[in-house]
Amino acid sequence: MSQSQTAPTLEVRDLKTHFFTRVGVVKAVDGISFSVLPGKILGLVGESGSGKTVTGFSILGLVDEPGRITGGEILYKGENITHAPETRLQQLRGANIAMIFQDPMMTLNPVLRIDTQMIEAVQAHQKVGRAEALEMAREGLERLGIPSAAERLKAYPHQFSGGMRQRVAIAIALLNKPDLIIADEPTTALDVTIQGQILFEVQKLCAETGTALIWITHDLSVIAGLADEICVMYAGRIVEHGKVDEVLDRPFHPYTSGLIGSVPSRNRRGQPLNQIPGMTPSLLNLPAGCPFQARCFRADAACKTYPAQSSPLAGRHVCCHHPLVEAAEIAT
Amino acid sequence: MSVAGPDVPILELRNVSKRFVKKLDIAGRIARKLGAGIREEVVHAVDGVDLAIKDGEVVGLVGESGCGKSTLGRVVAGVHEASAGSVFYRGSDVATLTGPARRDAALKIQMIFQDPMSSLNPRLRVRDIVGEAPRFHGIVDAGGLDAYVQNILLKVGLDPEFVRRYPHQFSGGQRQRIGIARALAVKPDFLVCDEAVAALDVSIQAQVLNLFMALREDLSLTYLFISHDLGVVEHLSDRVVIMYLGRVVEMAPTDEVFSTPNHPYTQALLNEVPRLENRRRQFVPVKGEIPSPLNPPSGCHFNPRCPHATPRCREERPALREIAPGRLSACHLNDQ
Repeated sequence: MSQSQTAPTLEVRDLKTHFFTRVGVVKAVDGISFSVLPGKILGLVGESGSGKTVTGFSILGLVDEPGRITGGEILYKGENITHAPETRLQQLRGANIAMIFQDPMMTLNPVLRIDTQMIEAVQAHQKVGRAEALEMAREGLERLGIPSAAERLKAYPHQFSGGMRQRVAIAIALLNKPDLIIADEPTTALDVTIQGQILFEVQKLCAETGTALIWITHDLSVIAGLADEICVMYAGRIVEHGKVDEVLDRPFHPYTSGLIGSVPSRNRRGQPLNQIPGMTPSLLNLPAGCPFQARCFRADAACKTYPAQSSPLAGRHVCCHHPLVEAAEIAT
Repeated sequence: MSVAGPDVPILELRNVSKRFVKKLDIAGRIARKLGAGIREEVVHAVDGVDLAIKDGEVVGLVGESGCGKSTLGRVVAGVHEASAGSVFYRGSDVATLTGPARRDAALKIQMIFQDPMSSLNPRLRVRDIVGEAPRFHGIVDAGGLDAYVQNILLKVGLDPEFVRRYPHQFSGGQRQRIGIARALAVKPDFLVCDEAVAALDVSIQAQVLNLFMALREDLSLTYLFISHDLGVVEHLSDRVVIMYLGRVVEMAPTDEVFSTPNHPYTQALLNEVPRLENRRRQFVPVKGEIPSPLNPPSGCHFNPRCPHATPRCREERPALREIAPGRLSACHLNDQ
């Protein structure tokens, strides 16, 4: 597949999603931009409260009161769906854009059998008969490696193990062959061998069908094995973006560098980990300027204003007044 | 207090098993009397584990959910009593100890839990959470309690001013530090950490791991570190124990497990660990899932998923044998 001339499946421009709570405005997502090409996997990395889940919800129009998209654009294949009417979003959700959530027990209806739920998902978007929908459901389960799929269709969600349940949830997300899948920490609750199985299926799927994938996670090592590009989020903004190899080998932002340094396997055994001091700031009262300044070893007076995005290398973006551009400066 | 010489391990498990039995209800008992073949459901959460931990050692206990690692940790910490086998603390069988000796042994082994929010009483202040046990056991008197608690808070990197706060006023990482402070308050020399960093963000996780290592130096602690995260275990442990469905399948020094895993399950597990160094890799999954511990496969528990399984593996349980000095593995392939 030639990627150079392909139009992005999804493009997000300067998206802002704010929550207007009684105690103040929480800027959960505050001006982020990225795009995903067909067949590519974008990793969205951040710690809890960095806004990565709200980004996923905003794309699907799932942000509830008191939250609102207050600025920016979301373009799906060139169509602006930022404030699209609910009817249009319903057509898109499940058919063109699908979402996989962290906890499959929340996605699946506990009182309906798997076949009922899968047939419903097919018939919501395609004019097919029940038998045909059932056949598609069976194929969907088989594709994700669920043994004796025809019998398992008659089971209820509680009869599945956690890994199987997540596979059913993924199978449902794939039923209508979406062009874009947003996966929000789908393997965080699973064991490593089960996680390996699911990553295998997802990787195969993107390569075969050209589905674009946004993989939201806090786990850098999963992203390292899976994604093409990476966006690092901190306090509602993307602080660094680039190709996975480049970002992980040579992080420009001190936060990215600190995150990589805190992953145990990279450090020498028994030595203290490179820890980032302090904790993620409350989004309610962010300091003026760079939100990372209080934890950053390079912060100075310049950091009192928010750094503009710069591009020290082609294909790389970073929001920092003092990026770690020279190799010797990298603190890992 | 102890009969230990320098070579006696701080903790030793001999053939420890823990079974959970679901008793039949009245309908089941009547049905059985009438001749229906109903049996009580028995889960062998831990099945004949031998393990000796030396003073000052950090042992990592690894396995997937349902493999019995938490149950084993709880048996060690005295939360559960073993169904069979014995637990020795510095050479004396914990079950035969009585009176103050038993209490001392129990206090010396403390546990740190995964979720600090559910293991801290939300209605107690930090002062009471940390100070209750040492006060009760007479380690400090009422007058010295505040100073004692503040001193422990300092040790775990918390501001001593926090003594009057409640758990909900802290962040996740700070709460975990309170859990550690509570365990340290009774002056233990052995800590069982059950997934103690699993619920924390990456940057906070590094802080807590560093704290564990610093405390090990300062207080000469011994750890049993239970985790499903192999990266964490590799970083922290001297020795790694790998469990599968209630049994230990491999036990070896950390470097050797990670460089040359012996058991097919260990190999599969290590293969699946995502690492920063592995980019755009081809995932090759292990087939199948962990079987239900209610009805484990015969012979070697791993045989249905093992690529090298032979008929013998389906019939005979492989013994945990020494395959090299300090290395143990339970696999029939080592006999060939």
